[in-house]
Amino acid sequence: MEHYHMNLNLKVWRQKNSKTKGDFKTYQVKNISSEMSFLEMFDVLNEQLITEGEEPVAFDHDCREGICGMCSMYINGKPHGPWQANTTCQLHMRAFKDGDTIVVEPWRANAFPVIKDLTVDRSSFDRIIQAGGYISVNTGNAVDGNALPINKDNADNSFAAAMCIGCGACVAACKNSSAMLFLSAKVSHLALLPQGEPERKSRVMNMVAQMDKEGFGACTNTGACEATCPKEISLTNIARLNSEYLSASLSADK
Amino acid sequence: MLNAKIPSGPLENKWADYKGHCKLVNPANKRKLEVIVVGTGLAGASAAASLGELGYKVKAFCFQDSPRRAHSIAAQGGINAAKNYQNDGDSVFRLFYDTIKGGDYRAREANVHRLAEVSTNIIDQCVAQGVPFAREYGGLLSNRSFGGTQVQRTFYAAGQTGQQLLIGAYQALERQVALGNVTMYSRHEMLEVVTIDGKARGIIARDLVNGQLERHFGHAVLLCSGGYGNVFYLSTNAMGSNVTAAWKAHKKGAAFANPCFTQIHPTCIPVSGDHQSKLTLMSESLRNDGRIWVPKKQNDTRKATDIPEEERDYYLERRYPAFGNLVPRDVASRAAKERCDAGYGVGSSKQAVYLDYADAILRYGKIEAGKQGKSNLPESDIIALGKEVVKAKYGNLFDMYEKITGENPYEVPMRIYPAVHYTMGGLWVDYELQTTVPGLYALGEANFSDHGANRLGASALMQGLADGYFVIPYTLGNNLADEIYNKAIETSHPAFEEAEKAVSDRIHQLMNIKGKQSVESFHKRLGKIMWDKCGMARNKEGLEQAIREIQALKKEFWSDVRIPGEINEMNTELDKANRVADFIELGELMCVDALNRNESCGGHFREEYQTPEGEALRDDAGFMYVSAWELKGEHQWQLHQEPLNYEVIKPTQRNYK
Repeated sequence: MEHYHMNLNLKVWRQKNSKTKGDFKTYQVKNISSEMSFLEMFDVLNEQLITEGEEPVAFDHDCREGICGMCSMYINGKPHGPWQANTTCQLHMRAFKDGDTIVVEPWRANAFPVIKDLTVDRSSFDRIIQAGGYISVNTGNAVDGNALPINKDNADNSFAAAMCIGCGACVAACKNSSAMLFLSAKVSHLALLPQGEPERKSRVMNMVAQMDKEGFGACTNTGACEATCPKEISLTNIARLNSEYLSASLSADK
Repeated sequence: MLNAKIPSGPLENKWADYKGHCKLVNPANKRKLEVIVVGTGLAGASAAASLGELGYKVKAFCFQDSPRRAHSIAAQGGINAAKNYQNDGDSVFRLFYDTIKGGDYRAREANVHRLAEVSTNIIDQCVAQGVPFAREYGGLLSNRSFGGTQVQRTFYAAGQTGQQLLIGAYQALERQVALGNVTMYSRHEMLEVVTIDGKARGIIARDLVNGQLERHFGHAVLLCSGGYGNVFYLSTNAMGSNVTAAWKAHKKGAAFANPCFTQIHPTCIPVSGDHQSKLTLMSESLRNDGRIWVPKKQNDTRKATDIPEEERDYYLERRYPAFGNLVPRDVASRAAKERCDAGYGVGSSKQAVYLDYADAILRYGKIEAGKQGKSNLPESDIIALGKEVVKAKYGNLFDMYEKITGENPYEVPMRIYPAVHYTMGGLWVDYELQTTVPGLYALGEANFSDHGANRLGASALMQGLADGYFVIPYTLGNNLADEIYNKAIETSHPAFEEAEKAVSDRIHQLMNIKGKQSVESFHKRLGKIMWDKCGMARNKEGLEQAIREIQALKKEFWSDVRIPGEINEMNTELDKANRVADFIELGELMCVDALNRNESCGGHFREEYQTPEGEALRDDAGFMYVSAWELKGEHQWQLHQEPLNYEVIKPTQRNYK
């Protein structure tokens, strides 16, 4: 793989806190290596700002290996940038070329208020989980792990849904700011397992109610969420969520 | 000073006896007892959830925006448990034995045996929570092998085992939040332990969104804040992983044990340049099927695929025929360094070796062709079939490698090199996981107790969850039973006031330096000193020099660091400065500890102490003890020794040949 260096123009959203109004600021960074990650390029920018006596850009990040779900930049109109099935931290600069202008914004959704610059508050996701995204089993109650065989397809599908990293890119990509892909991944993960069966109906009802309360929008099955999801969570999960919700709503016993 | 409180009686009965006789707290009293949990990784989330279920009033803290993001999430390969589902001769005793041996005979027998005992409960608990472990077609749980063992006892969920286990614990935690038993404080960082009459009674935490300092009371404080690998700047840890909580405890009197025991993981993606901010692990599970090699010729510049079989040196298979590519991490790392230092390294930096899947792809392809009843397939078709199998097993890891390096590991061998990954050292704790400060506990990677001088793969997840789900609910109760007469202390108490003032003064001092150099630049310089002189190989001269350099770096930091922004708002540079200041002090202690330990064991390799074949040379007569360091003043520590008594296992030189 050929390595190269580039100079870039960055248009970055700056916002002091949740109460003030933000706007775009333009910066130049020079001599960026194609081997850098996107966040390492931001490290370079921030070091530059500190040297110039300016405040560095605040952005969420932690593991930098695509699994913690903390990084959340909206890059050139796409959550997590141009690569498929990818997080911001795993986007590398070989995706860009010398002279490019890159526009970087925070996730935009009413349910994700901006805290500062590119950092948003995603605690609404935690509250959706609190509404029922678990199996009610206390420590010490478990039977042997192999007591209950689980059909491999169900186990695999459950895992595929459980891969969701809770980053919120699905919400940021959706024109309605819907959280249906996130919610459906959790509902699917648990509904596909026998352990999730006892609370199956109440779980879906309560989690959907909480999602509505948080101010997320409605789903119109456009599929922008699936297209942008770093873990390729499938729209099938939304279909499953709808069917779970319908059967729970029609059921007399909850 | 050190009383490990190991129960008497035969090893295999100690934990059962302890549980049978420890004090209990009745449900009505539990509601009056408050517990603080710092950190929400596997240890913290499982502890907070389990204690909430029992009825304690729990407050949990994490610096991330959600407890689900703690760095346990990045663990890839798996979790060990002595289930013996494979009928391959595994048992609690074997898991115990492998862990003690893997740790190079520097861990406590009683703790490790307890860990092996509860390992089986962990799997059951996680399955009950809905953790989607990998399964076989019959619906039962699947296993694979990891380094340092000859049985298949590792449970996994593709390459995302840590993520799935953490989500299980996170869900249990959020359930307790919903029930009102746990209050969650995310985007909060603990900056001080509050002690009253010698007991831990709370913490001072900073709200990282508005910069406000907060006082929180607890009848007990649990530190589950992870390891300190980021002292090296470059490591596989998350960017935010830090030693601050543990270091504040150390400054309040908690002894720090075996700080020099750090684990360098053999299979990480090599450094690509000065811009590098972190290193990425390629799971140890890849060593199940991949073969590690370098060219037989020095400075060979040919492409890997152009080097014929007979000109490749599969050095692990050559040196360690019994374990081959599955030797423990410390052994594999040193062997890679040895080859690269001798001039056989590959890639542009020459600081890398190959991890090759060509053989595995061919082998799996043949098996798959056989399953499908296809004979006489051309090799290209067999390879295509094999790639599909490898993709199903390790696809996400291969994708990650390609994203980072731009190379396709299905076509060319991966380049790997060792990197800092885990810290076996940590706060000294007794059998009850209590530090030398009463009421202050340390769980998971934050303590030192179970892995000796080297941790085996798939054992960190096991220990974090063992401590949180199955150990602390008993041992904490045993101590809190004596607290039922003590009401919650008002946070207007002078001890809280004093602690908050100390934190506030330090923050103001940092902000007022207004120097020229960024926090990051200091962190990088510290990391370089540590990696060069207290990394994979250490020697007396280098360590002494490192101590002098770190002391000078500390002075420079406190006189020339530049932190822009304000105190009372979100200020990520200030957050980092708080952490780096503590890393600098820890770095010095690590070198002091490495200098004291005149032997090589596990991850601690002193060049002066090696066998003629270049293996670690332990000195059991001189150093079969835990080094627990008590802070006495700036740059001053007192060593306390906890002798390690092996009643069941007879220590020998580790042999993986």
